[in-house]
Amino acid sequence: MRPLVPEPEFDELYRELILDHYRSPRHREPLAEPDVVAEGYNPLCGDEVELRLSFENGAVSGVSCRGRGCSISQASGSMLTEVIIGKEVEEARRLIALFTKMLTEPEGEPPAELGDLEAFQGVAKFPVRVKCATLAWHTLEDGLKQRDQGGGVARHEE
Amino acid sequence: MSRLDSERIRGDFPILQREVHGRPLVYFDSAATSQKPRAVIDALVHYYEHYNANIHRGIHALAEEATARYEETRQKVADFIGAPGPECIVFTRNTTESINLVANAWGRKRLKPGDEIVLSVMEHHSNLVPWQLIAQATGARLRHIDIDDEGRLRWDDVERLVGEGTKLVAITQMSNVLGTINPVREIAGLAHQRGALVLVDGAQSVPHGPVDVQELDCDFLAFSAHKMLGPTGVGVLYARRELLEEMDPFLGGGEMIRRVRLDEATWNDVPWKFEAGTPNIGDVCAFGAALDYLEGLGMENVRAHELELVRAALRRLSQVSGVTVYGPESPEARGGVIAFNLEEIHPHDLGTVLDRHGIAIRAGHHCAQPLMTRLGVVATARASFYVYNTVDELDSLVEGIEATRRLFSAPARTRA
Repeated sequence: MRPLVPEPEFDELYRELILDHYRSPRHREPLAEPDVVAEGYNPLCGDEVELRLSFENGAVSGVSCRGRGCSISQASGSMLTEVIIGKEVEEARRLIALFTKMLTEPEGEPPAELGDLEAFQGVAKFPVRVKCATLAWHTLEDGLKQRDQGGGVARHEE
Repeated sequence: MSRLDSERIRGDFPILQREVHGRPLVYFDSAATSQKPRAVIDALVHYYEHYNANIHRGIHALAEEATARYEETRQKVADFIGAPGPECIVFTRNTTESINLVANAWGRKRLKPGDEIVLSVMEHHSNLVPWQLIAQATGARLRHIDIDDEGRLRWDDVERLVGEGTKLVAITQMSNVLGTINPVREIAGLAHQRGALVLVDGAQSVPHGPVDVQELDCDFLAFSAHKMLGPTGVGVLYARRELLEEMDPFLGGGEMIRRVRLDEATWNDVPWKFEAGTPNIGDVCAFGAALDYLEGLGMENVRAHELELVRAALRRLSQVSGVTVYGPESPEARGGVIAFNLEEIHPHDLGTVLDRHGIAIRAGHHCAQPLMTRLGVVATARASFYVYNTVDELDSLVEGIEATRRLFSAPARTRA
């Protein structure tokens, strides 16, 4: 039988960590009383994520992500929840910027601050999939803006 | 049995010799654009190497030759679709432009507030958005024929919606997603009875089987060269001559005029009235070679070959667990297009894995977002066939689908 992952480039897109988050998404159960609900949608792929966020003392104290869409979009949302929890809002903003840059203007190795999120660096080689990876992060960005405006529902279109 | 010699045909398409990601290319995306035979590529090169010139105005040998070939292709197109004459054939950039031409040149003049344009929920964006724009501009209303569970037009809806207020029915002859072949001849009969004109989107039908505009009794037919072995950048609009005569020009400029003063102009004869500026001469000439190639195969044979592929594909896909196929169950009711989904796996993931197996399919909304909504899906995968595809290639497709399911559904495991 032919190997499941026959090509190096293919392996770069569907890294085991990404597949693992896609098959078993983390923090999927919607947060009960969030300060902010941020809905993200990519009309071209139909990818959807819904982030629920709560904050304490300027930091993200709780987050959930559920949605439907491709493995990249859903794994990205799942990994976001693991990384973002407990982060100061400004730190979260910095991660959004670093993550976006890794995918849209990649330069050498991704910064160490991104940690496991470097698993997504291969997506940069698949231009049509970049927005799948950034959907949850740009949705988070809008969610943080919504927090600045006193909470509520933010809607993001990728 | 297919009446086409696939092996011989495949030899005519240079691109089919290449490998993709180390595998032989399996090209199942002809509904997006077809591959081109050597004869078409050669015709394009021949134009630029031997008779490249601007047409209609030149008085030198090259211009005369280019004009003759360009107009010869117009005649070939007319013959190919059974049009009464070449004056009914307008060259555009693509199907989309052909439909926009009608929407603007006919619609702006003829549509009034309250007039109705009847479309269907299975239309490609190219046969939806131009009408939305023209409805906004004129105050006309859009109505949409629904589909049944097998993705066929609901005839009761056709009868209900096509009425006295209907000025135009614009409908695809074959869905680019469901593959459904629509009864456009019957629809034209009903529409004409009720005083409406009929535009047929033939982008998917004209390349894949015999189409005769006089038999269909349609008023407009739009299609693209690039989906029928021809080059990109050439579209066709067929219209009844009297309609072209009464329509205003679409684009203004050179070529489409007879006499120009500083503040007014008179129009050229049809069809040139609708061909402003230097047209896509080289590609139109090469399109002639594509039509010759298809005529050589015989459109009845093309249809028979694809029917065989669809029959085999529907059978094979029904044996793969987790696969949902959209559209009519009967192969005879559809063209060579099969939209499907695999469990909850997003078609973009499926498309990426298949690509790594050397298989090119389309994945997404297929420029038919309202149809996706109607089907209750965000997107689908789509395999589409043409003269160079073989039943053997379906094995690769099935193998790729199985591999995709293993990759995304397997329980998490540690990396070796």
